Amino acid sequence: MSVANADLVTHAAAPRMHPLILRLMHWTNAGAMIIMIMSGWKIYNDEVIFGFLHFPEEIVLGIWAQHALQWHFLGMWILVLNGLAYLTFGVVSGRFRRLLLPISPREVIREAIAALTFRLKHADLTHYNAVQKTLYVGVILVVILQVISGLAIWKPVQFSYLTALFYNFQGARLAHFIGMTAIVLFLLVHVTLALLVPRTILAMLTGGPRVETDHAETAAPIPPTSNL
Amino acid sequence: MIEKIDRRKLLRGTVSLGALTMLTGCDISDRQSVQSVLRTVSGFNDRVQAALFDPNRLAPTYSLAQVVKPPRFNAYYEIENVKPIDISGWKLELSGLIADKRPWSLEQIYAFPEQEEIIKHICVEGWDYIGQWSGPNLKQFLTAIGADLTAKYVYFHGNDDYTESIDMASALHPQTILATKYAGEPIADPYGFPLRLRTAVKLGYKNAKWIRAIEVSNTYEDGFWEKQGFNWFAGM
Repeated sequence: MSVANADLVTHAAAPRMHPLILRLMHWTNAGAMIIMIMSGWKIYNDEVIFGFLHFPEEIVLGIWAQHALQWHFLGMWILVLNGLAYLTFGVVSGRFRRLLLPISPREVIREAIAALTFRLKHADLTHYNAVQKTLYVGVILVVILQVISGLAIWKPVQFSYLTALFYNFQGARLAHFIGMTAIVLFLLVHVTLALLVPRTILAMLTGGPRVETDHAETAAPIPPTSNL
Repeated sequence: MIEKIDRRKLLRGTVSLGALTMLTGCDISDRQSVQSVLRTVSGFNDRVQAALFDPNRLAPTYSLAQVVKPPRFNAYYEIENVKPIDISGWKLELSGLIADKRPWSLEQIYAFPEQEEIIKHICVEGWDYIGQWSGPNLKQFLTAIGADLTAKYVYFHGNDDYTESIDMASALHPQTILATKYAGEPIADPYGFPLRLRTAVKLGYKNAKWIRAIEVSNTYEDGFWEKQGFNWFAGM
């Protein structure tokens, strides 16, 4: 059919949902995050905040605290530079506006209930539901806060005004710990859902479905898979 | 069909990726190649911290009521293994880029104008406490002995084979003192009697205790903790 062929031509020319630059930034961030979290656990073990909580040596990065600190202050650069590139790209390309906004509270509640009862569909990869939008926007904000509390711990004199935002040095440590916890919880949900819908992982590796630039709504619907 | 294979591959790939991150039992941190990368980055971070350091920015100070007594002990060994210094015949030795290298007696140091600082001690491990320290201001002391204030490093040699150096800019910071007293009394043995460094702009381990010698130099050498991989600048 000629109509279908015309359609195909348009879609062949259309960009993919996850452009290469974004995929590179996503996996760079994943690596930096793993380094930061695991080395952070080792640093935490040197002076625990909660007596009942020590991270097992099997899941930390660094044999001694100094190794963990070395990793942490290497990962810091990867995380921050890559993160700034990501935020710039998200704003300038309109990706944030297109994929993450607007968020309707009513939809969030409705879809959260649907998700918890396993009735939430994710057939169209190019459109994020309200729960996804909330989680993504939330984790981006937490990571930004994590960088701020990290700077407050790293330089409590040069950046004393940042440390004061968290009451004092120990407050900044606690905030940094809570931020880590939030990021780890996000990761558990994020990875679990990705494994449940493996096409999302494939999309983050190869680019995923082609989309129209101005509005993702007109993107070719993905045929629903039978075994989901 | 193809999709199924892909999916299985993906799942397997993801699982093995996850397993990889769990394989820190064979931690690569102390491999020579890895250490050389990590220490190079740590050296770069030294330069970044030196650039961030504002010589006029003062660390927060606290009230007398907030002072913790006694101070918290920390060294590379336990408190019961501290070897108190025999004070008879004790002298502070001076070496390096210093015009007047005559050693100082404790009486001379006590006679030097005293500066008090109620500041936070922050350890690289993550704990902190507020302490009240007094003794000669280091900049005044270095000036009095004719030290080259344009040199790069000031080294502090402790009595327990402990050497740490700081950059000259931090040595000249207004809140850097050679402490002889804690809470108005001579510092007790486990905390560095008779002389220790207290600077508000460095982490705890840079504050050498039981100082027996001070050296001014342009040559860099790793101190006790840098040899083990800790960052040299350790600025706050």
